[in-house]
This record gives sequence, structure tokens and C-alpha cells, in this order.
Amino acid sequence: MAKEKEIIKIVDLKRYFKVGDETVKALRGVSFTIYEGEFVTIMGTSGSGKSTLLNTLGCLDTPTSGQYLLDGISVQDMGKNERARIRNRKIGFIFQNYNLLPKTTALENVELPLLYNSGVSAKERAERAEKCLRAVGLGDRLYHKSNQMSGGQQQRVAIARALVNNPVIILADEATGNLDTRTSFSILTLFQKLYNEGKTIIFVTHNPELALYSSRNIMLRDGHIVSDEYNYDIKSAEEVYRNLPQEE
Amino acid sequence: MNIQNLLKIALKALNNNKMRCFLTMLGVIIGVGAVIAMLAIGQGSKDSIKAQISEMGSNMIMIFPGADKRGGVRQSSDDMQTLKPADYEALVTQASTIANITPTVSSSGQWIYGNSNYPSQAQGVNTQYLDIRQRSVAEGDFFTETDVKNAAKVCVLGKTLVDNLFPDGSDPIGKVVRFGKVPLTVIGVLEEKGYNTMGQDQDDLALVPYTTVMKRMLAIDYLQGIQASAIDEEQTEKTIDEITDILRTQHKLRDGDEDNFTIRSMQELAEMISSTSSMMTVLLAAVAGISLLVGGIGIMNIMIVSVTERTREIGLRMSIGATGRDIMTQFLIEAVIISVTGGIIGILLGALASWMIVTFAHWPVTVSASSVILSFLVCTVIGIIFGFYPAAKASNLDPIEAIRYE
Ligand SMILES: Nc1ncnc2c1ncn2[C@@H]1O[C@H](COP(=O)(O)OP(=O)(O)O)[C@@H](O)[C@H]1O
Ligand SMILES: [Mg+2]
Repeated sequence: MAKEKEIIKIVDLKRYFKVGDETVKALRGVSFTIYEGEFVTIMGTSGSGKSTLLNTLGCLDTPTSGQYLLDGISVQDMGKNERARIRNRKIGFIFQNYNLLPKTTALENVELPLLYNSGVSAKERAERAEKCLRAVGLGDRLYHKSNQMSGGQQQRVAIARALVNNPVIILADEATGNLDTRTSFSILTLFQKLYNEGKTIIFVTHNPELALYSSRNIMLRDGHIVSDEYNYDIKSAEEVYRNLPQEE
Repeated sequence: MNIQNLLKIALKALNNNKMRCFLTMLGVIIGVGAVIAMLAIGQGSKDSIKAQISEMGSNMIMIFPGADKRGGVRQSSDDMQTLKPADYEALVTQASTIANITPTVSSSGQWIYGNSNYPSQAQGVNTQYLDIRQRSVAEGDFFTETDVKNAAKVCVLGKTLVDNLFPDGSDPIGKVVRFGKVPLTVIGVLEEKGYNTMGQDQDDLALVPYTTVMKRMLAIDYLQGIQASAIDEEQTEKTIDEITDILRTQHKLRDGDEDNFTIRSMQELAEMISSTSSMMTVLLAAVAGISLLVGGIGIMNIMIVSVTERTREIGLRMSIGATGRDIMTQFLIEAVIISVTGGIIGILLGALASWMIVTFAHWPVTVSASSVILSFLVCTVIGIIFGFYPAAKASNLDPIEAIRYE
């Protein structure tokens, strides 16, 4: 495991929500460092703080206290616009419900992050989007509308969209949560392929089984880390996928 | 973030919802169309009044006997006899800012030639009348100073009279026609002028030396009016003052006495008419403007619905790097596109309506460039103003909450 470059470093990260008179402590001091090329799964039961953590890592949310360095940049004190820029340039987000634009082609959906980056020309935008769609196995569906695609295909488009800005980290929140087992494993296979290509990935899930397929597993409970373990015997998702019975 | 990309995004979003987009536009289309048509009607009537005034000579001044009647006080017949030929002589010799001047007296009656007769008037004027009213003689001659001095039994007829008295098309020049009992030799025919913009036949006119009307027809020693033209159109006021001074001296009025004559200038008349018509225009435009406002509120309404409906989309855009400003700009562009496109269609529709009014109702209608530019600007502003609140609402959404919105 090459541990040369720190992509994410958080120290004693806390996130409290004020709900009326009460304070909900979603994160109660979380620290870890993630290095380039890791495939980290974050596990925990519902309500354990996984999404809150991922939103903070994705610069969608700001921590109540603690430190956060993303790719060497301190982001916890950034303003709204700076965070938007960081999201645009350094982060690839994948959501449980895909969040594609309706009535819009796969290609246009993937181009979207680059539209908010004026440094990328229209030509480069289309080229990069097409390349990413090919990388997720949708080279033959560039011009299909999002609502004409299956869940698995939509999630592939979403993954391509997360890749198109060459992010330093890919963040996925329950990316397989809406998919059947077989499709889940095909998506997982894709994540493993990206991992093998050297991408850094954080994959949030409540499904403990998936820990076997990543290089590192962090377990959350009630806003604390209860375990953080490396997995040196990564199971191949592709194998599982191939052995699953073909559905109608 | 460059505006070109945002424009692309906004267009795409509108394209995804064509029907709603069109219905929203409809409010603006109707509003702008109404404004354009109303302003065109107003402008048209103003233009036609202007054209008419200049037809009649915008430097024209009319003097009537009796005090200013605008108060509505009844005039006794004495009051109607305050203008004498001597007043006219005095104006001719003393006034320095008058170009042309003629007394006017007219008598109503039957014009008769052979078996034909036609009810009209005999308009008594002098030789300068043609210049004042910008008319000319088409055939034959006009009467001379000598004719005026001698109260000669001559007349110059307008085309309508010629057509009615000589229906067979024979040459009227040299023929003797009768006005009532007075025989008059036709010495000329006036150049045809047709109907004026108010719909009056300007050729239903017969000119006779004013002395002839006074002595041979009406047997009066006073004038019914005096018409004059100022040397300089810009200085009609000055001319009016001069005439007033001369007539007051002539009538031996003392300081404090009311004028026993009334002076009206064409300009004054023009201003009066055009101020009424301006008021009408403002009123019509205001009504139309209200419908434009309603159109604007329609845009706001739909944009608010659209922001709520597209909360997830907004959340997504933010999560992949759109700033609040980008979102704001996108929605503002959408609103402005709706209002401006609606505005353009409305302008075309308003112009079409104006054209139909001209073609079918024969109203004078003018679509002015300024009303088009104004409507266009108002639409843009309406788009920005009514788009602002929904756009600001969209840009202030929290990305996490927005993306989870169901
Ligand atoms: N915006 C919020 N306001 C108040 N409480 C919140 C908010 N977001 C999350 N929480 C609370 O924080 C805790 C962790 O939530 P979350 O991170 O979504 O958990 P998970 O994704 O692991 O299911 C939960 O108790 C949840 O109710
Ligand atoms: Mg969650």
C-alpha cells in the first residue's frame, strides 16, 4: 500500500445540530487520515453519522469544530463560494438516488460539473464526458435520456459525472442502496476497477458485507469511530457478480 | 462561471418545460401587445391631429367677435358685431408680424345652375385667403383686389360644388351660377384637396369677395371673423399680443376692460387637442401596463413553483460546484428569457393588431419606435424584478437539504 500522499486528514471533527432546545451530536470527535489510492468503506447503522461525515468531507457542510485538510488545503473555515469551487474541482459526489437531470442525455449530465468551470472549453467538456462514460461502460448510451435508463445505468452515469472533473477523492453515499444485489455488485465492480486505476474512494454504506471489497473499513457508532481496519484480502466483486444467478 | 454556460443551462431548463414556459409568457405577450396597440392608437390620433393642423397652416390665427366664450356665458347679438372692417384695415396697416390677413363672412344658401342646385355656403374672403389656408386655384383665376373693392359678382368653386352644379362635366369657367338670388360668374376652380383627417370635405367650398357677401348677400357692416397668418410660426404668441394691442386701441378699451374679441391660434388649438389625446394615451397605456404587471407577477409565480419543484436539481448543481450566484444567475436568465421572448412576441402581436385596426377600422394608428424600445426595456426589467425573488430563494437553498428534498 503506497501511503505517500494525504488526501484527507481530519482531526477531532465534531458536528452538532441544534434542534429546538436540544443539541443532536451527529459527530462527536472523529479523526482519520486517508491516503491517495485508498478504497475506504464507512459503515454504521442508520443514524450513526455517516452522511453527516461524508457531507463534511464533501465540503457541503462545515464542522462545528475540528480540523479538515483536503489535498493539503485547510477547508473548515472556507466561505460558501470557496467551498463550491472546491467541490467543483476536487470532489466527485455520488448519491443514493443518482440525482441526474431529467430529460437530459447521459452526456449532458456528465458534462454538468464542467459547465461550472469556465476553464474548460465546450470541446474539451464533451471529450472528457464521453471518455468517462466509456470508462463506466456506457459508451453506447451517450445520447440516452436519463429517464430512459435503468437504475444501474443511471448510477453509472452518476459515477461518470463524479469522475469527469478528475477529483482527488470520490465520495459515495449509499451508492448501491437503491439497487438489487446483482446490479449492486456490478457497480461495486466498477468501484474496484476505479480503485485499481489508483483513484481514492470513500464509500458509505450500512451493509457490513461490503467491507470485504474495500481496502480499509471505518466503523462509526453514535458519531464515534469504533474501528478502523485495513483489509489486505480484498474480495473480487466481479467474481461474485459473475456467479450470481442471471435475473430475467 | 461564464455567462454563456449559464445561458445554455437556462435555455435547456426552459426547453424541458415548453408548455409552462409558453403559458407564463402569455401574460407578458398579452400585456406587451396591449401596450403596443394602445400606444399606437394614441400616437396615431396625435399624428393625425398634427397632420391636420399643418394642413390648415400651423401659423394660423383666428379672431372672433365677442369676449372669450370658453366661460360659457351667452353672447348678445351686439357682442357678435364687434369686429368691423375698420379693425381689419387697422391690422393691415399697423401689424408688423402678420404675413397674410383676410376678413371672413359667410352666408348659407342654395347654389343653383340650370336644373342643378346644391346647399352650401358662400365664403367671403379677400385675396390672401389662399395663402393663409394653403390652397390654390386649379383652373381659371382667383378674384383680384379690384373685385374685392367693387364687391364683384364672381366666385371660385371647390370641386364638390363643380361636380354638383355641372354634373355633365361641362367647363364651369365663365358660367353664371346663382347663390340664392345673387348671380355670380365662376372665374376659377380650386385645386382638389379631398377629405381632411377629421373626415370633412375640404372641397365643399365656394369663395366670394367678402365685400360681395357683406353688401349683396347679408347686408351687414361687421365681420364675422378675421383670419391671419403669423410671419413666424415660432412667434405666434407675439403676433397675438400685437393684434390684441391694435384691436384694444381700435375698440377704445381701457385698462381693466375685457377684450370684446377672441383670438385663437392654431397652435393653441393643437395643444388643446393633443393634450386631451395624450391623456387618453396615458390612460390606455396605464390599463395595458397593469396587464403587463399581471404578466410579471405570473412570471414570479411560476418561477417560485419552479424553484420548489426543482429543489433537488438546485441541490445537485450546488453539490457539484455551482455557487449561489450561479444558481441566481441561471434563474434570473430564465425569467428574463421568458419575459423578453414574451415581449418580442407581444410587440409583433401588438404591431399586427395595430395593422388590423388601420386596415379594418381605418383608425389612424402609428407604432412608434420608442414604444417598441420602451416595451422591450420594461420586459427586461420585469423579468429581472419578478425573477429576483425566486432566483434569490433558489440561491439561498442549503445544498444538503435541497438534494434530499422529496
Ligand atoms: N440537518 C440536521 N438537523 C438535525 N439533525 C440532523 C441533521 N442531519 C442529521 N441529523 C442527525 O444526525 C444524526 C446522524 O445522521 P446521518 O449522518 O444522516 O446518519 P446516517 O447517514 O449514518 O444514517 C441523526 O441522529 C440525525 O437525526
Ligand atoms: Mg445516511
